[in-house]
Amino acid sequence: MPLVAALAAWSLAGRAAAAQGASDPVPARRPVVVASKPFGESFLLAEMFAQLLESRGIAVERRPGLGATEVAFAALRAGAIDVYPEYTGTGLLAVLHERPRGDAGTVFATVRREFDARWGVRWLPPLGFENSYAIAVRPETARRYALRTIGDLARVAPRLTAGLSPDFIERPDGLAGLASAYDLHFRAVRPLAQALKYRALATGGVDVVDGYSTDGLIARYGLVVLGDDRRFFPPYEAAALVGRRLRRDDPRAVAVLTELSGLIDAPRMRALNARVEVNGEPVARVAADALRELGLVGGGGAAPAPVATRPARSFWSYLWSERARLAAETARHLLLVGVSLLAAILVAVPLGLHLERTRRVAEPVIGGIGLLETIPSIALLAFMIPLLGVGVWPALVALWLYSLYPIVRSTYSGVRDADPSAVQAAHALGMTPWQVLRYVRTPLAAPSILAGIRTAAVIDVGTATLAAFIGAGGLGEPIATGLALADTRLILSGALPAAVLALLVDGFLALVERRVTPASLRR
Amino acid sequence: MSSPTTPPPRIELAHVTVRHGDVRALDDVSLVVDGGGWLALVGESGAGKSTLLRCINRLVEPSAGTVTIDGVPVSARDPVALRRSVGFVPQDGGLLPHWRAWRNAALVPWLLGRREARPLAERALARAGLDPGTMGERWPHELSGGERQRVAVARALAGGQSLLLLDEPFGALDAITRSDLQRMLLDLRRGDGGGLTMVLVTHDLREALLLADRVAVLRAGRLEQVADAGALAAAPATPYVAALLARAGVAA
Repeated sequence: MPLVAALAAWSLAGRAAAAQGASDPVPARRPVVVASKPFGESFLLAEMFAQLLESRGIAVERRPGLGATEVAFAALRAGAIDVYPEYTGTGLLAVLHERPRGDAGTVFATVRREFDARWGVRWLPPLGFENSYAIAVRPETARRYALRTIGDLARVAPRLTAGLSPDFIERPDGLAGLASAYDLHFRAVRPLAQALKYRALATGGVDVVDGYSTDGLIARYGLVVLGDDRRFFPPYEAAALVGRRLRRDDPRAVAVLTELSGLIDAPRMRALNARVEVNGEPVARVAADALRELGLVGGGGAAPAPVATRPARSFWSYLWSERARLAAETARHLLLVGVSLLAAILVAVPLGLHLERTRRVAEPVIGGIGLLETIPSIALLAFMIPLLGVGVWPALVALWLYSLYPIVRSTYSGVRDADPSAVQAAHALGMTPWQVLRYVRTPLAAPSILAGIRTAAVIDVGTATLAAFIGAGGLGEPIATGLALADTRLILSGALPAAVLALLVDGFLALVERRVTPASLRR
Repeated sequence: MSSPTTPPPRIELAHVTVRHGDVRALDDVSLVVDGGGWLALVGESGAGKSTLLRCINRLVEPSAGTVTIDGVPVSARDPVALRRSVGFVPQDGGLLPHWRAWRNAALVPWLLGRREARPLAERALARAGLDPGTMGERWPHELSGGERQRVAVARALAGGQSLLLLDEPFGALDAITRSDLQRMLLDLRRGDGGGLTMVLVTHDLREALLLADRVAVLRAGRLEQVADAGALAAAPATPYVAALLARAGVAA
């Protein structure tokens, strides 16, 4: 069953990719593809979009947790997804690369105009709340230093340690801009993952964190959000971002999505987020409740999608209870690794063997392939989206590209360095160059080739966990969702099987390596 | 026994020159090896003796001059077919480490597509003084240095070759093993009743005089003297040859 499901989803992804051009005059009625970025609020809003559409009889396909803005927006632009929740400030800064300016209305008008003109992508009217960057401290800290605004914080910052998301530290409109706008300099700045930040703050590991103004966790820990008195942060109004295809082919779906505009205010969003992030309630249930409370759907609600819950059981019984999901995710993971690795072997081994015959170009070619390794995995996955959409195909191609280098390198060096005296003697006694390669160099290089394949396989198992960020599924899915929801148990339910899988794959290939090593070379 | 199928060939090298850039590895060398004769090429390292040997089976192509086997220029022959017809024994054996001894010995018959490759290999192993039943089944790393060289000699003969090129075949062996193998080569030749033409490269003049009929002394790519073994020992033509003889403890 898991394999069948994986294959079905795979072919579906292929169709989505094929439909990306969207140039066919009679568009096939495909489900509306609703996506989200990998954090709790985005999951929740996307689920609300999905359930609202379903309640109006519109078929929906969910692609939650697409890794960060570049991936989600690239997928929207390419037509691989139809709608996802986005924030106007993010659109302005991260997509248009413009400087923060103006009030919420101006920013919305700007992104609406520019996105439409450049990509035919439409911002629906805002949902009704802003989720801006927030700088938060513990209540004791606020009381002790009388902190109400970031301006106040600047006075005492040299005594405090900040725990900030790496993203915020890097962005010019993040820490650097904030520091110059407020003359703000902390004693130390620690990069901390979203999921860990609040815990570190609550336990006193750090004194100041960045967060989002609608975070449910701010309420949970009773944190104090400091006011942005110099209006440094641009407005981040939440809205549905709709792709060109849906806009053109399905105006009814767009109209349904517009029903949510203006209905969700910040306190409501914070309360909904808290149910997911603090109480660990399933996203589907919280979304259904929210739509009911807003009067948009009637009693029954939609069938809940399988999303994490946080029951108070031991980790192992939790894993056991999730075994069906884990089996499916593991099968998908193996499919990703197996197919990409096999394809890499089919290309890289012959290429490595061939390069031995054309040594002058060998190092440049291998070096060029090696450059692929230097592309960060998420970036490579993001590059694939315009070409292949989201889902299994771009993940397979990215993993394939990553696997090439270790296999080409080890194949080439293995055949090149094969016992020179044996190679020379074989040549001197009348083997053709091809026979020398086939009967001498290749068998002698087999252990080296296998070692390269082993390296590639183990790297693949790890890298495949990132495939979840472009909707390819696998064991990265619980990791990505768990990171977004600060759910350690969920993270581990993906990370542990992935680690075990890496060990098993390595062990299995070690056995194969023994098999292919010429008996005489086993020592 | 598997005596060579063709009479032992006559080798003639005429004005052979090999240049590597500006360096002359061989400079206008002319030599003849009679059919069934045994020539030793002697000289210090870098004298060009291995290069000269390798011109015979086209592992090295001369920049000028010709090499003929029974009057046919080797340059006119397909190099792969040529090499399959010429036995070659390198200094370190060069056995394929992933093939058992018998399969190494069967290399050339196998390349020639001979169905009886294995029996031919086993007969060749026996000629080289190895029991095919036990030694034939061993991996190269299970053999001693001397046994490995015997397998290499068997490999050079199993295809019925009547020309044998030996490139410092015993250079890496201890004295006792070396003399065993020297005796094996002498027996081999005697057993075949002059059915083999052999060219031996060695830096050891004593070995050359012990084994070969004729000895050619090379010095920095040029032929210093070529003569029958006895004549060379008795009448060195140049001071260099005399010095070599003296150093080898041969000269009076």
